[in-house]
Amino acid sequence: MVEALATALSLLADLDPKLVEIVLLSLRVSLSAVGIAALLGFPLGAAIAVGRFPGRKTLIVFLNALMGLPPVVVGLLVYLLLSRAGPLGSAGILFTPSAMVIAQTLLILPIIAALSRQAIEDAWHEYEEQLRSLGAGRADAALTLLWDTRFSLLTTVLAGFGRAAAEVGAVMIVGGNIDGVTRVMTTTIALETSKGDLPLALGLGIILIAIVIAVNAAAYMTKELAQRRYG
Amino acid sequence: MKNGAILPLRLDEVSFAAGGRTIIEGISLEIAAGPSTIILGANGAGKSVLMRLMHGLLAPTSGRVEWHAREYPGAPRKQAMVFQRPVLLRRSAQANVAYALKLAGVSEPQRGAQAREALESVGLAHLARRPARVLSGGEQQRLALARAWALHPEVLFLDEPTASLDPSATREIESVIRAFDAAGTKIVMATHNLGQARRLGDEILFLDRGRLVERAPVEQFFAKPQSAQAAAFIKGELPWT
Repeated sequence: MVEALATALSLLADLDPKLVEIVLLSLRVSLSAVGIAALLGFPLGAAIAVGRFPGRKTLIVFLNALMGLPPVVVGLLVYLLLSRAGPLGSAGILFTPSAMVIAQTLLILPIIAALSRQAIEDAWHEYEEQLRSLGAGRADAALTLLWDTRFSLLTTVLAGFGRAAAEVGAVMIVGGNIDGVTRVMTTTIALETSKGDLPLALGLGIILIAIVIAVNAAAYMTKELAQRRYG
Repeated sequence: MKNGAILPLRLDEVSFAAGGRTIIEGISLEIAAGPSTIILGANGAGKSVLMRLMHGLLAPTSGRVEWHAREYPGAPRKQAMVFQRPVLLRRSAQANVAYALKLAGVSEPQRGAQAREALESVGLAHLARRPARVLSGGEQQRLALARAWALHPEVLFLDEPTASLDPSATREIESVIRAFDAAGTKIVMATHNLGQARRLGDEILFLDRGRLVERAPVEQFFAKPQSAQAAAFIKGELPWT
């Protein structure tokens, strides 16, 4: 155990190329997924927050429920879509990083949309009369609120990133954990642990935790600073 | 009368109920350009709701609210409202004013100069770049007035604009309101501060439990209230002015 930890630390210290490659792919996949999910989730959250349409409450409950979507189920669905016999099989992207990005995007889109909906709706309650008084329509209001809640939205992005970086089920199924192609931190940890190769698994585990802590700390400080600066 | 003026405003048997409670009951009145109108009444009399009905933020449960010229959604508004607690956006003071100008259809090159002019008129030019939400309470309310000023509204509604401010901030706000009046903007203000009503008002609309009980010129209202409710209100409120 101590030996494994020592080996893990030396892998980190030497910037082992295999380890670096895995970390970089993980970041590429999860950051892409977060970027796309934010691009889709923010407008969706804002539209639901200020919109008035039949079935709105049902949609909110549904969206909140989707936050707890099991990654393996998302992986399975994307697998079915992208497999050779599936509707998008002709794209031939199963077992590629693209497939992993799609799966993670679907996994965290509900998180970003639901959390941003909540943040924007809270702001809407505060701003509604003033914005309507100034003659803002609902589309104007949605855009205004998106910008005014920008620091809260940062937190929703983080929640999404944390979920994407830490999940193993979806990327395992649609990526296939192919060495040098689709192997990311979580899938490697799962594989190496089952093989008994603890140092690599442990080293990646340390990096994964460090990244999540660093990103959260950075976002927390940004929010604190912005709150003091902008109120 | 100005071309396309939205005044006079007519309320015809307007009632408003929410949650099974009647808040405004059968109010009919006409608001014309000119004299500053003060809506007086105890807490819960319906002052805020009445102004929101006039301003179009609430729709009456029954009855009609009619402006002389209708305003269309999307067109620049000729009326503005300043709330008890100003709602300011997370951006600079000047950007808050520019935002209102943008919604009013003012082209971008003109917004900066007009926003600065509005800030100057309320004495906030030196704070133009300061984030709006870190200003003091009085400064925030003056900024809300600058935002309204920039729009040159024909009618300005004010809902207890000084209720949460200290006396010196209140004086500053009152002098800006006088400037609006001097510039020809029709003032409609709710307050329960009798001193303020006397200082700023020309006529009083007195509400009691959702009904319009009395309407009179300021001097007459305070000297000889016609209704028992108004007399009791003046007597009860005087010690706090």
